[in-house]
Amino acid sequence: MLLKILSTYGPLLLEAMGQTLLLALCGLFFACILGLIFGLLSVLKSRVCNIISTIFVDIIRGVPMIVLAFFIYFGFPQFVSSSLGIKNFTLSALQAGTIALALNCGAYMAEIIRAGIQSVDKGQMEAARSLGLPYWKAMRKVVLPQAIRTMIPSIINQFIITLKDTSILSVIGFPELVNTAKNVVANTMRSSEVWFIVGVMYLIVITILSRFAKIMERRINRGRE
Amino acid sequence: MAENNKQVKIHVSHLKKSFGELEVLKDVSIDIHEGEVVVILGPSGSGKSTFLRCLNRLEEITDGTVIVDGYDITDKKTDINKVRENVGMVFQLFNLFNNLDVMGNMMLAPTELKKATKEEARETAMRLLKRVGLADKAEAYPAQLSGGQKQRVAIARALAMNPDIMLFDEPTSALDPEMVGEVLQVMQGLAKEGMTMVVVTHEIGFAREVATRVIFMEGGYIVEQGTPDEVINHPKEPRTIDFLSKVL
Repeated sequence: MLLKILSTYGPLLLEAMGQTLLLALCGLFFACILGLIFGLLSVLKSRVCNIISTIFVDIIRGVPMIVLAFFIYFGFPQFVSSSLGIKNFTLSALQAGTIALALNCGAYMAEIIRAGIQSVDKGQMEAARSLGLPYWKAMRKVVLPQAIRTMIPSIINQFIITLKDTSILSVIGFPELVNTAKNVVANTMRSSEVWFIVGVMYLIVITILSRFAKIMERRINRGRE
Repeated sequence: MAENNKQVKIHVSHLKKSFGELEVLKDVSIDIHEGEVVVILGPSGSGKSTFLRCLNRLEEITDGTVIVDGYDITDKKTDINKVRENVGMVFQLFNLFNNLDVMGNMMLAPTELKKATKEEARETAMRLLKRVGLADKAEAYPAQLSGGQKQRVAIARALAMNPDIMLFDEPTSALDPEMVGEVLQVMQGLAKEGMTMVVVTHEIGFAREVATRVIFMEGGYIVEQGTPDEVINHPKEPRTIDFLSKVL
């Protein structure tokens, strides 16, 4: 039975995995940008910037992603057309999913980046500034390269969590792996085999990713200790 | 004093610095002339490190005027980065950039600030490394160096910007005793060449031999100053006498 499902629905499930990866990549790309912006805002010597970052992180952390996804996909277009009078404003499931993932993952990335920057000894920034380097140059050339090294394990962990979180976006109808699997189950009535296959598929992709991450981590740390 | 006909490099008047409620510098005024080697002594908490860090505005100045190299650094409009290019600083904990090798440490500021091309910066760096006796360590990372080597690289890194003034913040306090000498020797060489230096240290021997002027600070004030002989051998203030009796 397992083999029969594999041979019939395998290509469909593989394609769905492709959609999952596409969604994860889009989400992660914007999450990195958001994370960098809000992470930097939280370490600047400006109370206003710190507060903006805190508010963003607290809101996103305090709202489940499924609620966020519903709001962005259904609520936001309704709000735009009824309040702003822009008719026919809709978001595709990919667009809404990307926004939800980017916001969610971005908030956690901001925290990782903040912690990473703060883990770099204050003396590094002071030494760079004392040579006449402006703040941003010192940040880019001295502090961030060191911060990134300590951040990499956490960032990769966050990537993996985000990849798994794409499954939540099945609720807005994006044809990623879980959503597609649900349809396959409805067609075949074989829950055990289908969910087993889907589980193994996630496992394989994430294991490859973690392996790759380990190699990268080792390469970055090489020769520096 | 003989220095009086030389150019004033650092002018400080009525400098005050508070951290919140805590007033660390209460009222400090001093003029430092070209070529002077000023050694600041004092118990911990006397404000000597804070004073030094105010001279390149690593600490925001609460009140008073500080003029360095002709720039009023208490004026918000002054481009502090321009001033810092001419004021080298050496830290107690070295603060070499851990992500760069020795060469990278030395070349970063000169090339990023367009003071030199890559080739020029490399040449200067090699010359300075030879001078501090570390030419063979150009490709080492900070983690591979001893404390004394790190501090010598840190001095060379500051010199790579060709500064007019060098500030030293307890440069030997974090070193093992056998490495203190190699760092002091480099500093002594600099002093001989006429570099204007302000040094916070606990090395009384260095103060006696190298300083042109010794300042004793306590409680956020300059308590006593003069030649090494005056301050170290014949102190007048009871607090100076008390301090020296404990460290000598």
